[in-house]
Amino acid sequence: MLVATALAIVRLRNLFAVAMLSGVFSLLSALLFVVLDAVDVAFTEAAVGAGISTVLVLGTLALTSRVEKPSSHSPALPLFVVFVTGAALIYGTLDMPNFGSADAPAMTHVAPDYLARTPEEIDVPNVVTAILASYRGYDTLGETAVVFTAGIGVLLLMSGLRRRREDGDDDDDDEDTEKDGGVY
Amino acid sequence: MRHHLILRVVTKLLVGSIILFAFYVQFHGDFSPGGGFQAGVIMAVAFILYGIVFGLGKAQAVFPPWVVHKMVALGVLIYAGTGVVSLLLGYGYLDYDAFAPHHPSHGQHYGILAVELGVGVTVTGVMVAVYYAFAARPARLSDEEW
Repeated sequence: MLVATALAIVRLRNLFAVAMLSGVFSLLSALLFVVLDAVDVAFTEAAVGAGISTVLVLGTLALTSRVEKPSSHSPALPLFVVFVTGAALIYGTLDMPNFGSADAPAMTHVAPDYLARTPEEIDVPNVVTAILASYRGYDTLGETAVVFTAGIGVLLLMSGLRRRREDGDDDDDDEDTEKDGGVY
Repeated sequence: MRHHLILRVVTKLLVGSIILFAFYVQFHGDFSPGGGFQAGVIMAVAFILYGIVFGLGKAQAVFPPWVVHKMVALGVLIYAGTGVVSLLLGYGYLDYDAFAPHHPSHGQHYGILAVELGVGVTVTGVMVAVYYAFAARPARLSDEEW
């Protein structure tokens, strides 16, 4: 079903349908994550992939056009690149340990340590949260900072454009865009 | 904006429970799947849904842009501030044992709660802010074209 959805996304020219299908794609991959017992990841994929990004893509669609333009160059080279990359990735997975095998590198390195230490040190049933917020607190701080930076970037880009269009001058710096909260 | 009666009624019913679910995911993150990131997104979805159905103006009346912008920064501040507080209490940066020295696992609970709150606030802020930024620009497509 994932493959069928992906193929449909590639074939369709109607961008509204493509936006909806990518939501469907996210939901299907969330189901896949649930099957693989990665509930936290599935949760995120369902909320972000199927929820927010579909809405944002639709919002973008409202600002641009509804139908994709037919591409002018031949699809042979991109297809070749995709096939080579895909073959390399599949070749890479041949060396990977079987799914769920106990001696996989991911299972032998730090995971047993975290699993053993979480009940006594953190005492939180959800080990994912313990690792995310406590053992790897710095990383999560970094992630939050990334989200923050991305948000600020989008805000500056979108509101800056709008401001210029209204005022008609573009030699304006970001300083006072922050001060007057009523840009939009 | 007087059309879509069913949508508007269902949205009114749903927004409350979506926000409630977001809080559940937020504060129950250490017992069940979820945490700040997911809760932030769900919270943002509640406001975005409201904005889509009732129009941007109504949503911005409930959740003004300046609050959203402050939230974007406030979350990171809460997260980093948690680390600074633990630093001031004489422990390492982001070492949650500091919050309950006699009962380290309680300290860890408080620390995780505070940090997840920071994540949630930032993610909510960013998502809603991005939605506002997109939706505030005049659309080039009219309703009929969809």
